Amino acid sequence: MTYIAKPKLRHPGIPVNKLGFTHRDYEGSISTLCAGCGHDSISFAIIQACFELNIEPHRVAKLSGIGCSSKTPDYLLGQSHGFNSVHGRMPSVLTGANLANKELLYLGVSGDGDSASIGLGQFVHCVRRGVNMVYITENNGVYGLTKGQFSATADKGSKSKAGGFNADSPLDLVSMALMVGATFVGRSFSGDKAQMVPLIMAAMSHPGPAFIDIVSPCVAFNNHAGSTKAYDFVREHNEAVNRLDVMEPREAIKVEYAPGTTEEVALHDGSTLRLSKVAADYDPFDRIGAMNYLQSRAAVGELVTGLIYMDNAAKDMHANLNTVDAALNRLSEKDLCPGAAGLAAYNAAHS
Amino acid sequence: MKPTDIANPDYFHKVVDCQWACPAHTPVPEYIRMIAAGRYSDAYMVNWHSNVFPGVLGRTCDRPCEPACRRGRVEEVTKKAEPVAICRLKRVAADNKDDVKDRMPAPAAQKNGKRVALIGAGPASLTVARDLLPLGYEVVLYDGDANAGGMMRTQIPKFRLPETVLDEEVNYILDLKPELRLGQKITSMKDLLAENYDAIFVGCGAPRGRELEIPGRKEAGANIHIGIDWLASVSFGHTTRIGKRVIVLGGGNTAMDCCRTSRRLGGEQVNVVVRSGFGEMKASPWEKEDAMHEGIPIHNFLVPAEFLHTNGKLTGVRFQKVKAETDAKGRRNLVPSGEPDLVMECDDVLVAVGQENAFPWIERDTGVEFDKWNMPKVSPTTFQSTNPRVFFGGDAAFGPKNIIWAVAHGHDAAISIDLLCQGKDVATQRPSPLVNLSSQKMGIHEWSYGNDISNDHRFKVPHAPIEKTLKDVKLEVELGFDIAQAFAEAERCLNCDVQTVFDTPKCIECDACVDICPMDCITFTANGVEGDLRHRLTAPALHPDQDLYISSALKTGRVMAKDEDLCLHCGLCAERCPTGAWDMQKFLLNAPKTEYACRR
Repeated sequence: MTYIAKPKLRHPGIPVNKLGFTHRDYEGSISTLCAGCGHDSISFAIIQACFELNIEPHRVAKLSGIGCSSKTPDYLLGQSHGFNSVHGRMPSVLTGANLANKELLYLGVSGDGDSASIGLGQFVHCVRRGVNMVYITENNGVYGLTKGQFSATADKGSKSKAGGFNADSPLDLVSMALMVGATFVGRSFSGDKAQMVPLIMAAMSHPGPAFIDIVSPCVAFNNHAGSTKAYDFVREHNEAVNRLDVMEPREAIKVEYAPGTTEEVALHDGSTLRLSKVAADYDPFDRIGAMNYLQSRAAVGELVTGLIYMDNAAKDMHANLNTVDAALNRLSEKDLCPGAAGLAAYNAAHS
Repeated sequence: MKPTDIANPDYFHKVVDCQWACPAHTPVPEYIRMIAAGRYSDAYMVNWHSNVFPGVLGRTCDRPCEPACRRGRVEEVTKKAEPVAICRLKRVAADNKDDVKDRMPAPAAQKNGKRVALIGAGPASLTVARDLLPLGYEVVLYDGDANAGGMMRTQIPKFRLPETVLDEEVNYILDLKPELRLGQKITSMKDLLAENYDAIFVGCGAPRGRELEIPGRKEAGANIHIGIDWLASVSFGHTTRIGKRVIVLGGGNTAMDCCRTSRRLGGEQVNVVVRSGFGEMKASPWEKEDAMHEGIPIHNFLVPAEFLHTNGKLTGVRFQKVKAETDAKGRRNLVPSGEPDLVMECDDVLVAVGQENAFPWIERDTGVEFDKWNMPKVSPTTFQSTNPRVFFGGDAAFGPKNIIWAVAHGHDAAISIDLLCQGKDVATQRPSPLVNLSSQKMGIHEWSYGNDISNDHRFKVPHAPIEKTLKDVKLEVELGFDIAQAFAEAERCLNCDVQTVFDTPKCIECDACVDICPMDCITFTANGVEGDLRHRLTAPALHPDQDLYISSALKTGRVMAKDEDLCLHCGLCAERCPTGAWDMQKFLLNAPKTEYACRR
């Protein structure tokens, strides 16, 4: 953290989006996390993604649980709705909020402790219900707030800062999300904004449960030799399967890729996702293939990043439940009360 | 691009825009911090060492530092971005200091046997005197006037510069005991050279006001005055009145002094008339403002055609109306607009259309060569003329400039004279500036400077009530900032001398600095040529003349590129850096002077 507030002065030539906002208008209060925390970089990637997508801040609900990661929604989107819930319970709160008001963009921000340990059950059920959301885990492999014990995502064999050795098997949230039905799954690295920002933008445009696991080094407790979530280690073992670019509707194509290496996908909101392949045979629309690929790369110690899986025909919980097509707070008494005749008809039909 | 060489003093010096722009390279942020801390005497001495006349300059400087000030580039574009009031803060130091006499250098205990003559006792010569006297030089100061001070005394009205302020600062130099030959005008360079001085410094200014030869000049001459001569006459108390209707011709600072002085000597309808546009006037914007505030209209695009008179008495001036046109070669010309001429009635005219150098006393066979404009050939770095013993400085060297330029010339000429007298080469053996770069880190988030950024807009200096000031030609108009205003204004300074220093091997490329930077100054990207790199920055580079700070290659092969242009020096990059790759380090540069540079 810092003792001074971030100065209000800003670059006079700063870009402005369609709403007339600069990226500075999407900031929150100043971070109280350790200097160099990967989480801060993720916060700014979210800010950048919202700026690029011209998202109205009051159309976003940001929810979190407990932990370093779960503090971060305070540091972004200062003009959005927020809910800092109980440890590991963010997914239920998010699900409830989403049921009540389907018109907002739901951003769940969590960490490896909040989602892979205490909240693991909440996480998988929220995903398998198909809640329309962007669920981000800021994954650093340690419990930073309690001084760096291994978390459930720490790799077997990795070393702690104090010299301890992790004998437990890790949980891979990406594999788990794929298994339980997430329709958009990605993984990224906090030190790579060029990959992170378009991935978050694509997730925000996705009409179903979108999950992104972002490896985010803990500079205080997990950025040393022997850690598998340190800046150096991740850079050396990062295996990006593709590069993304999210383009506004009808935007002129700026970059030409070699034929056969790029694929353009129309997204739900009218924008276009351009995928440029890095791993030649990787198909991000094949769920089983993605799961196999993840396991095979993990076996040789590589961390697969990029857009891992996307179902472009995804449906969300509201479609499954056939809910009314409006936020509940918009429904008037007239909508909610069928009247005596309606009641009689309903009773007759169900007697 | 190649990695930036921060060992070159010019690199960080350029980042301190104010100091870089100042001809004397006064360390501005250094003394502004002292003012904020209430250390007025210290702030005064920082100034005194650098610019010799802090109290005078704090009232009269042309302020080349202020247009350069970064504050004028970073404030909200919707409001008028304005620089820090550097000049008037300097005055705060001078006004509020304690007795600093014991901090002044003492006269040399032992003479070094070298004799130097200084012609003219204005700011340039006085600076040379100050720089040479403590070293043991015997300095002989000549001036035609009875008091030292030069144009600071004769041309700047007392309501802008009280005599007490000038006397104090001139006396700090006279206390070093130069030999004074005041009231003694030099009439022959040859005679002077014959006196076997080891060096002669000519700092006699640009003493001649330019004439305006149009019909009626001779006939109505009794009421047509040359601006600088008239101001001198007012200064000496010879002139105490002027007619009720006055026309001032010219748009420079002398014209502003003339019109404002006229208002105080009985001028009720005083008009300033300039040939070209209002925007093209040479006068400083604040001097134009002050004149207009005193009820003096400024008329533009009027070329004086004739002085009108009856029976030898001036009655008015006829002006031709003109407009500005740009010709095919892109040059701006004034051409008649075709409208009928304008006649303005008046009782007196003050002609302030420029100043010229005049060296009738320098014979053309003294070894001092002159160019086709009758100006001496002078080196712009050593200030030596073609006669190795003769040096020029101030307005005498390159025509009319300002006090701060005269001071800067004086320092450099003094170095040259000192080198010459030691038998050294004046061009190649010049001293380097004294430079210090030191970390300001006090704790995890603590710096030895205030890094919080003030959102205040520029404060206005309070003025004495106009009913009083217009009645007394000696009453100072500006009251100066009070302590509270001075503190608030000082807090607007961005401390540009506290540099962001980047240590490449320590960087882990976590992006923390990029994210926190309020001005989007920092980019991590692939290296490239400058033109290409400037297009790939996080935020557009608005001023190509401002440098990019480029690191060597990082672990990922990228480089750190920082646009120095809009950096607030808030230190947040260094606070958010987990490895100390960024550090805030104070860059203190003292421009070379004889006192400590030549004698080590």
